[in-house]
Amino acid sequence: MLAYLIRRLLYALPILIGVNVITFALFFIVNTPDDMARMQLGVKRVTPEAIEKWKSERGYDKPLFWNDSAAGADKLSDTIFFGKSVKMFALDFGRADDGRDIAREITLRMGPSLVVAMPVFALGLFAAITFALLLVYFRATYLDFAGVVLCVGMMSVSGLFYIIGGQWLVSKIWHLVPISGYAEGMTAAKFVILPVIVSVLAGIGSSARWYRTIFLEEYTRDYVRTARAKGLSERWVLFRHVLRNALIPILTGAVVVIPTLFMGSLLIEAFFGIPGLGSYTIDAINAQDFAVVRAMVFIGSALYIVGLLLTDISYTLVDPRIRLS
Amino acid sequence: MKLVLLWSDILFFLLIAATVAGAVVASRTEHLRQCWRRVGQSRVGMGAAAVLAVFFLIGAVDSLHFRPQLPDSPQGEPRYSAEVLSALDVLLTPLRTRTEKTYSAPLATHLYAKETLDDAGRDFPPLQYPGTHLFGTDKVGQDVLYLTLKSIRTGLLIGTLTTLIMLPAAVFLGLLAGYAGGWIDDVIQYLYTTLNSIPGVLLIAAAVLMMQVAIDNHPEWFATSAERADARLLALCAILGITSWTGLCRLLRGETLKLRELEYVQAARALGVSGTRILWRHILPNVMHIVMIAIVMDFSGLVLAEAVLSYVGIGVDPNTISFGTMINTARMELAREPMVWWSLAAAFAFMFVLVLAANLFADAMRDAFDPRMVDR
Repeated sequence: MLAYLIRRLLYALPILIGVNVITFALFFIVNTPDDMARMQLGVKRVTPEAIEKWKSERGYDKPLFWNDSAAGADKLSDTIFFGKSVKMFALDFGRADDGRDIAREITLRMGPSLVVAMPVFALGLFAAITFALLLVYFRATYLDFAGVVLCVGMMSVSGLFYIIGGQWLVSKIWHLVPISGYAEGMTAAKFVILPVIVSVLAGIGSSARWYRTIFLEEYTRDYVRTARAKGLSERWVLFRHVLRNALIPILTGAVVVIPTLFMGSLLIEAFFGIPGLGSYTIDAINAQDFAVVRAMVFIGSALYIVGLLLTDISYTLVDPRIRLS
Repeated sequence: MKLVLLWSDILFFLLIAATVAGAVVASRTEHLRQCWRRVGQSRVGMGAAAVLAVFFLIGAVDSLHFRPQLPDSPQGEPRYSAEVLSALDVLLTPLRTRTEKTYSAPLATHLYAKETLDDAGRDFPPLQYPGTHLFGTDKVGQDVLYLTLKSIRTGLLIGTLTTLIMLPAAVFLGLLAGYAGGWIDDVIQYLYTTLNSIPGVLLIAAAVLMMQVAIDNHPEWFATSAERADARLLALCAILGITSWTGLCRLLRGETLKLRELEYVQAARALGVSGTRILWRHILPNVMHIVMIAIVMDFSGLVLAEAVLSYVGIGVDPNTISFGTMINTARMELAREPMVWWSLAAAFAFMFVLVLAANLFADAMRDAFDPRMVDR
């Protein structure tokens, strides 16, 4: 098991390096630092001195890969690639355009992101499974048909509609919770409840429909026929046999997103003014803060790879037939 | 007038031509005809197809672009307006030109806000074209129905071109990885795992930011602002495509792995048929249903994604009329007193109809083409 984990971690390394190279190419080779400086300072009438100043403030005034003017090992390390990309592996992300340390900012903002993302994940999963189970219990009836129609309708509505509509109805008309904002501690609840409900509603249509298909597929298996032939009641078959077996693909499929919960949700956080990593990313995109976007891409990929690893482990936990070796 | 052929127009008409060609081929092959007959038997599917056809017709008419001749240009050397119009603009001339001063409610006769009038103090001024704006007018007095109809083309382009741009690469790499195996398989798998592990929104954000830098630094690339907006739209399609081709590639790889071991492929190989020919003649036709299902299944998600991305500021050019830009400009209007709800409602309603039709049609197609579904 441990050997397997170590091997998987070693496999993850080339992928992270690949992500790093892609982001580096995207940010420094597609456009030179000069282009970025001109864009940030405004295209017209930029003096070369202003561009040089912008670059040296951010450490972009070095060669890309090989520094001839430096001595010894600095030839490799005193470059943009080393300073901006290699250091990310040591979780050193440098400073944002407003001078703040990105790594510190990230640790501060993880909390609020998690406070919203975790209930969304748990409640969303629970609600979708319950709803799908209900549809399967009443399968091939008008109730099932109406439920599927509802699911398709709900997944055809833009996520923006849920957010804007929810804010308008709950906050503006009913005055139940504040429209946006955030507070520490228990008072966070009143700010968090609406974003959570909105996200769960926005996601339930597609996931409930998908889970329903998984449940129905499970129903065609032989063990279900055996259970019925043995005289078990339909309810017992559904809850003791079908539910348990169908939960394996559902839960293992959900595990992959758990680490990425740290990243929060861009849209929800931006709309509801939650100071998490999602809104941090949005602000960085709007301010064209390249360093922050680069850092977020790296962290997001690393967390996704952790998620893949967790998925593998969770397979062995729920399905005794699978052994990691 | 002078015809303008934007890149997206060319691709859109190529797409329609390819669909027609595909239909001709399908009508000659027996098993494809059978599949389409199954689609035709689904009443919901055909209803959805009819709605989609109307949307595509609007999109096609909106893709015939031209620059009108200026009325005061001298004889012999005509001068053309910098504004690029489409055939749809001509058809909708009454909607396009009947602008008001600012907001007005659907089918209203008076403006939304009171103004100081010359004769009788403050009152709601009458509209210039009362009762003609089915969905009201927006902040600068443009007809909302006109804006929603213009948004359709953007949505359709994002929904279709995105999948099509990356389709050749996804199919080629997927088949190659599955058929060749060995180190080729490893390299391709590494490629898509790496791309896949970057969170989609962030990769799109990074790529769009970089594209903006490139476009802003090279204004000389584009003759008109329409061309610039078009280039940005296509670039967005390409970027979205890069983030979404990995799923299809993986599916195709898996299917090819399965097909490679089947008797008819083994027989072809034993008879000395070359690898490329086996891929082209024997494997590709048998994975085409996966490709088609992927195209229609991705469509609705992409239309929805466009709205979100444009809201975040990494979508289409702010001057391109799209559902996303409409929602983005309209979202603050709910806070007004009295509320301005009609632009938002119109954008969401049109988007809902388009996406719902696409979802229903995709389901009908999947049921008809997926061999696993046929038996049930």
